[in-house]
Amino acid sequence: MRFDDVLDAIGDTPLVGLPSLSPPGVRMWAKLEGQNPTGSLKDRIAKAMVEAAEASGELTPERTILEPTSGNTGIALAMVARRKGYGLTVVIPDNASEERIRLLELFGAEIVLSPGDKGTNGSIEIARRLAKDDRYFMPFQYGNPANPRAHEEGTGEEIVRDLPEITHFVAGLGTGGTLTGVGRRLKRHDPKVKVIAAEPELGDLVYGLRSLEDGFVPPIFDESVLDRRFLVNVADSVRATRRLTEREGVFAGISSGAVLHVGLRVASELDRGDVVCLLADGGWKYLSTQAWAPELERAEKNVSETLWW
Amino acid sequence: MARVKLPTILRSHAGGERAVDAEGATLRELLEDLETRYPGITEMVLTDDGALHRFVNVYVNDEDVRYLGSLETEVDPEDTVSILPAVAGGR
Repeated sequence: MRFDDVLDAIGDTPLVGLPSLSPPGVRMWAKLEGQNPTGSLKDRIAKAMVEAAEASGELTPERTILEPTSGNTGIALAMVARRKGYGLTVVIPDNASEERIRLLELFGAEIVLSPGDKGTNGSIEIARRLAKDDRYFMPFQYGNPANPRAHEEGTGEEIVRDLPEITHFVAGLGTGGTLTGVGRRLKRHDPKVKVIAAEPELGDLVYGLRSLEDGFVPPIFDESVLDRRFLVNVADSVRATRRLTEREGVFAGISSGAVLHVGLRVASELDRGDVVCLLADGGWKYLSTQAWAPELERAEKNVSETLWW
Repeated sequence: MARVKLPTILRSHAGGERAVDAEGATLRELLEDLETRYPGITEMVLTDDGALHRFVNVYVNDEDVRYLGSLETEVDPEDTVSILPAVAGGR
């Protein structure tokens, strides 16, 4: 495979079977988005959002890209910004794993930290305030249609090409971009395909600071595309991430464990099926969380204190 | 009795408890029972029309009820019901 530059090497990720984890009659599959250039599916949307803004004229050479992100989107934007010559500022919660912050720094991004206990809502708040200054262009992955479009035309298209017999698709719910974009493509291909969300159960502090009226549902998230939505806690996520490495030799991030956990729960109800789990990134950025430490309890505790989603 | 896990913001209605018991054959009945035991607790969960508030998510055994039967979702005595505010899931 040969490409003109690193941005052209984004996407077209492997879809691998998980034979040791597949229950009778069901085939479990994993789409390895960790095989993208910066190691996560966010390379797709970073490229798409920046190129859409260049095409529309919103992003011009003297503007700086600004984005609230828990890490992966920031890292992906940093690569794109470097390649295209833009400045980048990211707002990231201060409890993000050290690998994420290191990566952002080495890509030359300027970092603004938001309170970790406010989670991503905290970084959105600060970014919005900064973005009032006209020198910044904020792609805003939570509200930018280029996000789900990249998944519809890229991720989803690849799945349809590689596994037309897919029956179930499971992905994590963050911005809602993957579920919306891939979901739409899959329903067009076969309306009977089930689209299922794995949602992280975050720490008390992240939920606790908001009145129930101050909630946030990402504007790009099309809930009508979902068939089911499951909450997954840290313990189950960590355990499943470890099983992926132990049983299949797949090294994935913690959210991938959450997705696998839901995929297996759904698979256990089926007589037959082809269940695709979208594994958003590799395990590299989570090594410092000790998620693979011998004592499971310590691993769970450490992960829950960091930004694992 | 089903176990109802409460979000931080509602715990003051239940004497600070993180989880309480309630009963009902459906989620609607369970929420009514919850309101009887802890008056005011469902004010932020349900709208004036008695529907689920847009920014509140309710799960029965970790599954979002909006994709089951919503307020008519059946609840068994052994079930766990979780009430959570909608927050941005990050990335």
